[in-house]
Amino acid sequence: MSQKNRLQSGGRIDRSKPLTFTYNGKQFKGFAGDTLASALLANGVDLVGRSFKYSRPRGIVAAGAEEPNAIMQLGATEATQVPNVRATQQELFSGLVAGSTNGWPNVEMDLMGLVGKVGGKMMPPGFYYKTFMYPQSMWETYEKVIRQAAGLGRSPKEYDPDIYDKMNQHCDVMVVGAGPAGLMAALAAARGGARVIIADEQNEFGGSLLSSKETVDGKAGSAWVASVTKELEANENVLVLPRSTVNGYHDHNFLTIHQRMTEHLADRAPNGQVRARYHRVRAKWVVLATGAHERPLVFANNDVPGVMVANAVSTYINRYGVVPGNELVLMTTNDNAYHAALDWHDAGRKVQAIVDTRKNPTGPLVDAARERGITVMAGSAVIDVQGSKRVSGVSVASISEDGSKVTGSVKKLSADTVASSGGWSPVVHLSCHTGSRPVWDDSAIGFVPGKTVQQQLTAGAINGHYTTADALSEGLQAGQDALEKLGLAKAEVALPESAQVSESKAMALYHIPHTKPTSQAPKQFVDYQNDVTAAGIELACREGFESIEHVKRYTAMGFGTDQGKLGNINGMAIAASALNQTIPDTGTTIFRPNYTPITFGAIVGRDCKELFDPERYSAMHKWHLEQGAKFEDVGQWKRPWYFPKAGESMQEALNRECLATRESVGILDASTLGKIDIQGKDAREFLGRVYSNAWAKLPVGKCRYGLMLKEDGMVFDDGVTSCLGENHFLMTTTTGGAAGVLTWLELYHQTEWPELEVYFTSVTDHWATMTISGPNSRKLLEELTDADVSKDNFGFMDWKPMTVAGVPARVFRISFTGELSFEINVQANYGLHVWEKLFEHGAKYNLTPYGTETMHILRAEKGFIIAGQDTDGSVHPYDLGMGWAVSMNKPFSFIGKRGMKREDCVRADRKQLVGLKTVDPNIVLPEGAQGVFDPTAPIPMPMVGHVTSSYWSANLGRSIAMGFVKGGLEKMGEKVYYPLVDGRVVEAEICSPIFLDPKGERQNV
Amino acid sequence: MFLIYCPHCGEHREEEEFHNHGQAHIARPLDPDSCTDEEWGNYMFFRKNPKGLHHELWVHAAGCRKFFNVTRNTATYEIKEVYKIGEQPKVVE
Ligand SMILES: [Zn+2]
Repeated sequence: MSQKNRLQSGGRIDRSKPLTFTYNGKQFKGFAGDTLASALLANGVDLVGRSFKYSRPRGIVAAGAEEPNAIMQLGATEATQVPNVRATQQELFSGLVAGSTNGWPNVEMDLMGLVGKVGGKMMPPGFYYKTFMYPQSMWETYEKVIRQAAGLGRSPKEYDPDIYDKMNQHCDVMVVGAGPAGLMAALAAARGGARVIIADEQNEFGGSLLSSKETVDGKAGSAWVASVTKELEANENVLVLPRSTVNGYHDHNFLTIHQRMTEHLADRAPNGQVRARYHRVRAKWVVLATGAHERPLVFANNDVPGVMVANAVSTYINRYGVVPGNELVLMTTNDNAYHAALDWHDAGRKVQAIVDTRKNPTGPLVDAARERGITVMAGSAVIDVQGSKRVSGVSVASISEDGSKVTGSVKKLSADTVASSGGWSPVVHLSCHTGSRPVWDDSAIGFVPGKTVQQQLTAGAINGHYTTADALSEGLQAGQDALEKLGLAKAEVALPESAQVSESKAMALYHIPHTKPTSQAPKQFVDYQNDVTAAGIELACREGFESIEHVKRYTAMGFGTDQGKLGNINGMAIAASALNQTIPDTGTTIFRPNYTPITFGAIVGRDCKELFDPERYSAMHKWHLEQGAKFEDVGQWKRPWYFPKAGESMQEALNRECLATRESVGILDASTLGKIDIQGKDAREFLGRVYSNAWAKLPVGKCRYGLMLKEDGMVFDDGVTSCLGENHFLMTTTTGGAAGVLTWLELYHQTEWPELEVYFTSVTDHWATMTISGPNSRKLLEELTDADVSKDNFGFMDWKPMTVAGVPARVFRISFTGELSFEINVQANYGLHVWEKLFEHGAKYNLTPYGTETMHILRAEKGFIIAGQDTDGSVHPYDLGMGWAVSMNKPFSFIGKRGMKREDCVRADRKQLVGLKTVDPNIVLPEGAQGVFDPTAPIPMPMVGHVTSSYWSANLGRSIAMGFVKGGLEKMGEKVYYPLVDGRVVEAEICSPIFLDPKGERQNV
Repeated sequence: MFLIYCPHCGEHREEEEFHNHGQAHIARPLDPDSCTDEEWGNYMFFRKNPKGLHHELWVHAAGCRKFFNVTRNTATYEIKEVYKIGEQPKVVE
């Protein structure tokens, strides 16, 4: 297909570099420098999508980020699919594959179109609210239709082959936007010696100067842009970021930038380059020079392909050498939009008429139009458009001076393109992100940035000052102001000259009247992307929605990726008029990040796959891997779960590990337990305050188990703490609780008891810990040490420094299995050496490695709790039957003591931890199962507590469990029932949680 | 994403290095055992939730591990001052 709308010359495209691309399965040609949108228009492609609700054909309306219709799905392969890309923002490259997203099954022949009326009725204004009022089952039906019909794009089904990254940036001045205002601000700040970042979403700097014929400093605007850009690029204090959208402006001058690095080059990033980069910028000062978006007018059938905003027409002609039609009708409320008609005429195509809503337009631009013989129809408006897949004509009529009514007869004009301009809307999005409310400016006929708490300056069209001269001077001023705020001297920068074209007053008009009332007129679209009409907004107001935030949510205006760039102000104006208010009284909704959609890859960066979360390994991890251990995540630690032998099931492995430990000796890698070194003359006093039991008399060389409570009396961690010296202790915590416990200790020391002299140091990673447990553990240890570890000289709950396998070690005689146990701690670098020595000597004792699961079973056989499994922040020591670990007589009121005395904590019917024996010993209760006293009670049955730990015990040849039962400690021997999801009801007897060796004889040998 | 000045490190650091620990100046009663249930309940459970100035306890968790106080406007997110434990705020309503 030929590029029938391409001009022979002009524009910023390179006609010597033709590019082939595919759109909806057909091949087209464009040139380097094109966007996908300009190339489609050059080829005369009118249809780019179907609308969300009504399934109406839609064409390209704008030329930038504000484009509501041309939302594309990109990607030549499944893995490189990118949804929701605006065709106006995608640079063309050879081999680009694009498809329209919201045509289902395709844009030309649309199934939803057949049921369009049904679709429209199904989704009236207030659709979301009205739908949510229906039963949930209805929502699923709706959602299927919406998902199919709305064409919200689809994510790839394969892994993204490209890489993305993130960068943290710091600067003195962050300039957002590289139009005339932003360039001047950056130039001044850079010459003044500030560290500057300047970012612009487009591939080239220049903003409005790229698409106009204006001159700056006597040369073409684009030439001036090139010279300034060159100077900025050469300055090592300036980071120049084209193709970079500043998407969010957050607290304390933190901004996020989405930089597209290779998306203009190929489907996949070439040669392993980074596809997109996410800059996280902390700026001392921010200059917002984000410009303005032209506001279309709202009139009947204003969504027929061929209806565009006026400035977009100029942009396609001047920047891309594309005239998107043959016969133009321009409707405008202001002088500035006359440029579109002049450019159209000068490109050699026919301007049917300029329809000016003002009674008596005057000025140089109006004169220029008349000089070219263009008909100017004053005091008139385009009230309706003919055509379905392309504009075929318009209806024009004269309107009242205030623009509220049609006053004259309707005249038809032939046209294939309608450009409209209702003035400009400053791009205040970023300013709003920080919570700043924009304020209405009558002279600008738009909202401008309001009061801010950020270190923020603004320049140019964002302030409602739309001329190039204003942009240049305000940009210069903002740059100089930033230097002053930074304490730097003013920069030497001359204000460039620009032609001052005088413009007469614009008319504040948003909604063009029709001969019929709005509710009966053909649809007049306000928000194309969300299919919101003027009638819909008026209906919302009639239904009682008075707050603009409510109207927005009721109609969906400005929702989603659109963020109200084109339609919001018109919508607010229509709501204001319906509510008989002014626009400032009605107010505006707040824009939120992100300004335009950002790919998830850029947000994630390198933090995926193995870098998603740090993994922590013990010093013996390599050995575990070699032995084929199965691993379990405990916090960030990878802990061996069990060590299956060839052909073994998990249960078989566990049975073997449990039996071997109690029959001979097993070994556990316990390195992951949290270890906190505590020193200072008040260390002992401190322990007494944060543990529920007594520490005053613990002698050097002894260990003690402690429960740590919160102020409410509830258990939050436990562990053994050993006295290393009179003023020196080693505290152990649960693996997952280590960081929380350390913070807890620091909190109380720093905020409540700073007078205590005590210091805490995390030493978890410094030590490798291996626990040998079982009747042969002493024999094994004796082979590796000369120290006396006999029963009489190394008693239960003692610790000793000694040499083990030639390495200095701390050995603790503590037990979590109920067996004779020794916990050997060595400097972590020696861990693997000692571990291997133990196996060398342990082979004859059948030394068996076991993991966390066997550890859990062995401790449950002894009724030992695991904090976090058998506790959940709602149980105190007495609930656990661990009153023995509470010393109510300590002089200091330890943390948790007062809390435990609250009325609720002393109820007799609290849920208490007990042992549970199933009547059928072969049934292992599921953990989490809820118990009831009377399984015949009507549903919902009163629940009396849940199972916290449950295992098959090979040593006992039956199942064992622990769990909470209301008043359970007084119900020994009674029955509790567990109705399971599969319909079974399991009967269990309440018993002591100590299933094995209740007198503790096995560890006292 | 706040930028927070740690009074112990003497530097502005990113919010990611800090944790918030709620309202500041909640002193543990000196004699908890003599507190009534109501007094103890107030200490344990009741906190302010103002729109505007709020004195908060923060910790430089991934830095010096020191706790300190921050006066922050919860509506605008401005940090008005930071001050050490044991000191009183200068910015008050
Ligand atoms: Zn610090």
